[in-house]
Amino acid sequence: MPTNSRWARAIATIGLAVGLGVTAGSGQAQAQVSDDLGVIGTLQYTDATGTKVFVAGVELSIADVGGATSDKDGFFRISVPVPGEYSITLNTATLPVGVTLKDPERANLVALVSENADQRVIFPLITADSVVSVSESNFSVRRISQLTLEGLKLGLYLAMAAIGLSLIFGTTGLVNFAHAELITWGTLMAYFFNIYGLVGTFGFFSVLPPPFGGGVNFIVATLLATIMGGVLGFVLNRVIFRPARASGVSLLAQMVMTIGLSILLRYLFVYFFGSRYRVYNEYASQRANEFLGIELTSRDAAAMVVSVIILIAVGIGLNLTRTGRAMRAVSDNRDLAESSGINVERVISQVWIFGGALAALSGTFFGFDTVKWDIGARILLLVFAAVTLGGLGTSFGALVGALIVGVAINWSTLVIDTELKNMTALIVLILALLLRPQGILGKKQRIG
Amino acid sequence: MDWGFILERSFSAMIGPEVVVYALAAVGLNVHFGYTGLMNFGQVGFMAAGAYGVGVSVFWLGWNFWVGIVFAFVYAGVLALLLGLPTLRLRADYLSLVTIAASETIRLLARSRVMQPITGGVEGVNQFAGPFYDLSPFELGKFYSFGPFKYLGRDVWVLLVGWTLLIMITLMVRQVMRSPWGRTLRAIREDEDAARALGKNVYFYKMQSLMFGGMIGAVAGVLQVIQKSSVQADTFNPVITFTIWTILIIGGPGRVWSPIVGASIYWTLIVFVENTLRQLPPGLRATLEDSIQLSDFNIAMLRFILVGGGLLLLARFRPQGIFGSREEMALDRR
Amino acid sequence: MTVADQPILTAYGVVKTFGGLRAVDVDKLEIQRNKITALIGPNGAGKTTFFNLLTGFDQVDSGEITFDGAVITGTAPHRLAAKGMVRTFQLTKALAKLSTIENMKLGALDQRGEKFWAALFPSSWTKQEQAIEARADAILQRFNLTGMRDEYAGTMSGGQRKLLEMARALMTDPRLVMLDEPMAGVNPALAQSLLELIKLLPGEGRTVIFVEHNMDVVQEIADWVIVMAEGRIIAQGTPTEVKSNKTVIDAYLGAHHGEDLSQVDLA
Repeated sequence: MPTNSRWARAIATIGLAVGLGVTAGSGQAQAQVSDDLGVIGTLQYTDATGTKVFVAGVELSIADVGGATSDKDGFFRISVPVPGEYSITLNTATLPVGVTLKDPERANLVALVSENADQRVIFPLITADSVVSVSESNFSVRRISQLTLEGLKLGLYLAMAAIGLSLIFGTTGLVNFAHAELITWGTLMAYFFNIYGLVGTFGFFSVLPPPFGGGVNFIVATLLATIMGGVLGFVLNRVIFRPARASGVSLLAQMVMTIGLSILLRYLFVYFFGSRYRVYNEYASQRANEFLGIELTSRDAAAMVVSVIILIAVGIGLNLTRTGRAMRAVSDNRDLAESSGINVERVISQVWIFGGALAALSGTFFGFDTVKWDIGARILLLVFAAVTLGGLGTSFGALVGALIVGVAINWSTLVIDTELKNMTALIVLILALLLRPQGILGKKQRIG
Repeated sequence: MDWGFILERSFSAMIGPEVVVYALAAVGLNVHFGYTGLMNFGQVGFMAAGAYGVGVSVFWLGWNFWVGIVFAFVYAGVLALLLGLPTLRLRADYLSLVTIAASETIRLLARSRVMQPITGGVEGVNQFAGPFYDLSPFELGKFYSFGPFKYLGRDVWVLLVGWTLLIMITLMVRQVMRSPWGRTLRAIREDEDAARALGKNVYFYKMQSLMFGGMIGAVAGVLQVIQKSSVQADTFNPVITFTIWTILIIGGPGRVWSPIVGASIYWTLIVFVENTLRQLPPGLRATLEDSIQLSDFNIAMLRFILVGGGLLLLARFRPQGIFGSREEMALDRR
Repeated sequence: MTVADQPILTAYGVVKTFGGLRAVDVDKLEIQRNKITALIGPNGAGKTTFFNLLTGFDQVDSGEITFDGAVITGTAPHRLAAKGMVRTFQLTKALAKLSTIENMKLGALDQRGEKFWAALFPSSWTKQEQAIEARADAILQRFNLTGMRDEYAGTMSGGQRKLLEMARALMTDPRLVMLDEPMAGVNPALAQSLLELIKLLPGEGRTVIFVEHNMDVVQEIADWVIVMAEGRIIAQGTPTEVKSNKTVIDAYLGAHHGEDLSQVDLA
C-alpha cells in the first residue's frame, strides 16, 4: 500500500514539525526568564470548623535577594539567582489579626535551593481557635482513609500511564523507557494549549484573540493534549521503532534506543520549556472539599471520575471491539495472530497511538500541582513497579498493579518520611520479582 | 573567538579527569553488557555507592580515608549482590528495571532530609580526600603544562593515579576475559541455555560479573569524589548511566579498550562543542539566543541532547561501535 | 542384575501441564544403557517438553526422574551436565561470536580457569587449557570441522552448526547424550556423516536419546523407538516393531492408513 505509507510518512513529518514548533514557539513566549529558581510556599491555617484558610498579604523576604507578598491563595514565590542556601523571613507584623506562627521562634527558615527545582518552605500558622490536630495519632482511621484516597488517585493516574507501557511490551516485547516522556509530553501539551491557545501553541498568531491566541479552557486543552499524545506515539513508532523492527534490530538494542530517545526528548523539553516549575491557568490550587473528614478537591474528584470512566472504557474496548481483541491476540501470541490474518504492524501502530494518548492524558493530571519538564521521569519508577507487579504485558494487570503501588506508596508515609515514599515502589518491584516474577495476573511461563 | 583557548580545553579534555572517571565506569559496564550481556541501567548507582562509601565512612564514621576506600568497594559489591539476587534468574529486561530504579532510589535517599546527618543531604559531604592529596608530589594549586595539555597540580596528581588505575584495571579485565572464566561470560552473553546445558552455573557467573563490574564502577565513583573533593547526590543522576552507555557503544561493547576510546572521544567532543558555543561572536550568539534559545543553561543541556540522540542512533545503526566491523553486526542479527 | 543392565534414565509418572493442558503425561520410561533410543511423534506430541523435563530445563508438576540410579527431579541443568548428561537444542545454539575452538573448549567440565581468581593467574590453568584444546582439536577432526577452527561460529552453515553443537556436547565427556532433532536442516551428505558419528557413540560407553521426524533415520540407527502422541507414550519397540504397530499407525496416520510408514513424514 504505497499510498497509505506515503500518507503515514507525511503525517509523521507534520507531527514532528508540529511537535518541534510547539516547544520552539512556547519558548519565545517564555520571555527568557533568568530566574529559574525560587523559594515557594503557601500560607494557610485550619480554622475552628476544620476548613483551610489561605492567608493573603503577608510579606516575606530573603536578604539581598528580594521579597514577595502572598496572594489570595496564600501562595508566594521569591526568585533566587543561583542554587544555594537562603534564609527566608516572614514579617509577622503583616499577618492578619489573630493569626500567629505556630512556633513563634521560627519566623526565619532556611531554604536549600537545588538545581532545577523550586524549594518549598512551610511556615505553620495557627489562630487562637485553630483545631490543633497535633495529638491525632498517625494511624487514625481518618488519616488512613485520606492516604488510601490519595493512593487510589495516584493509582488511577498511574494505571492510565501503565496500560500503554504494558500493551507495547505485550505486542512487541519491548520495554519502552521513553514512556515517561510520553507522560511529560501530555503535561506540557496541556500547559501550552491552556496558556497559549490553539494556534499560539504552534508558535504563530499568538496575538490572535482567544481561543486561538490566548489559552483555551483546561478541559479542551486536556483533550488536545491527549490527541497530541496519540500523534507522538504514532510518530515514534512510525519513524523509529517500526523501521528498527523491520531491519531486525534486536530487542535489547531497541531497549537501549528507547533510553536514548527518552533522554533526547527529556532534554529537548528542558531546552525549550526551561527548568522552571509552572502551573496551569486553571485548577492549580483549589480548596479541598471535606467529606467524613476526608479531603479532596473537586478537580481531583473530577479527574478520578474521568480516569475511572476511561479505564472502564479501555477494558470494554480491549474485550469487545475488533481492534481491542486484535491487540490482545497479538499480545497473547504474535505468530498465531499473524497467521490468523491479523495485520500485526497495524495493531502495533494502534497500540502506540493508544498508549501515547493514555500516557499524555495521565500526564495532564499529574501536572495539576506543578508542570515540570521531567514530571514523567520522576514517576517512571512507579509505572515500572506497577506493570511488573501486575504482570508485564497484561493490561488489566497494569491497572491492578498501579492501584496497589499507588496505595502502598501513600500508606508508606505512615512509617517513613514523605520525601522517601517513592522508595516504596522499588521495594514493591523487588518483592514482586522475588515472589512472583510473572506478576499478579501474568501467565506462568518461562521468564528466566 | 579564541580558538587557542577552545583547542586547549578540548585537548585537555581528551585525557582529563572526566575521561578517567567515565572510562572506569564504562569498563565496569563493559564487563556487564559487553562481555556478559547484562542490561545494567544503573551503573551510576555503583558510582554513588563508591562515592558515598568513602565519603560517609570518612566524614560520618570518622574512619581512616584508606579504610574508607576499601569499605566503598565492599559496599558496591554487596549492592550488586542485593540487586542481582532477585533479577539474574529472570529475563534480561528485569535487571534493567531494577538497576535503574535502584540507582535513582540511592540518589533520592542520599539527598533526603532523613539521611542528611549521614550523607549531608543535598549539600553532600566535603573535605575528606586530604590524605590523598597529602601524597601528591605536585604543587596542588600550580598549573602544569605538557605539550598541548594544561592542568592544575591537583588534577595532575589525580590523573597520574587515575590513569594508572584505569590501565591496570583494563589490563586485568583483558586478562580475565581471555581466560576460561571470560569465555564462559561471553558464552552466557550469546546464549544462556547453551552455557547451562554445558554445565555452567549461569546465575553464579552473572552474579560474579555484576559484582566485578559494579566494583569497577565504584572505583570510578571514588575517583570522581576525590577529584571533586565532595560527594553530592545530584551528580549521580541516571543520565550519567546513559552517558556511560553512549561511551561504551561509541567504542564498541565487548572490546577491551573501547571504554577509554569512547570516553576520550565523548569528552573531547562535548568540551569542544560547549566551548565553541560559549565563545561564539556576541552578534551570532544573540541571534541564536533569540531563534533557538541558546542560553548558557541550554548549552549545558545540549550535552544530554547529544547523549540521547547519539545513543538512539548508535543503538539503531552501529550497536557494534563506530570501529566495529559490519560482519560482527551481521553475527548479531543472524 | 548388574549395573550394565540397569536403565541409565528413568521417568515415572511424569506430568506437566500448561494452562490446564497436559503437555506431558508419561507413566513409565526406561532408557537402556549404551543404546540409541529414538523419540518420535507428531508435532505437539510433547517430545521437546519431555526433553526439557528430563534435562532440567523445565520442572515437572509431579513424577520422578532418575539418572544413573539417582533421583534428579528438579535438579538444575548445569548440575546434570556435571553428572554426565548433556543435551543439544532443536534450534541450534552455536555461540555466534565465539570462535569454533572457543565453542569447543567451553564444553569441558571442571576447568580451573573458570574460577574468577584463578582467571587472573594464567599459570594455574594454562596447562589444563592446553590439554582441553588438544581434546577439542581431536573431536573437531572427527567432525570434519578443523577448517572452521578459528572462524566465528556465526559464520557456519546450519548443518555445520548442528555438527558443532554435538561436538561441543561431547567435550563434557557425557554418559548420556540427548539430541533434539539433530538432523533438522542438515543437507543429506552431512546428515550421513552425522549419523555415522552418532552410531559410534554407544561403542564409547555413551547412551544416546534423540528426537527425530524422519523414519528412515530412525530405521537406520535406532536400537529402540519410543512413540509419543498427545503427551503420552503410545508405543515402543524395535524400529521394525514400531513401523508395523497398528496403534501407531491408527493414532496419527489416519488418512494415510495402509501406506508404508517410512514414506510418510511423521512431522
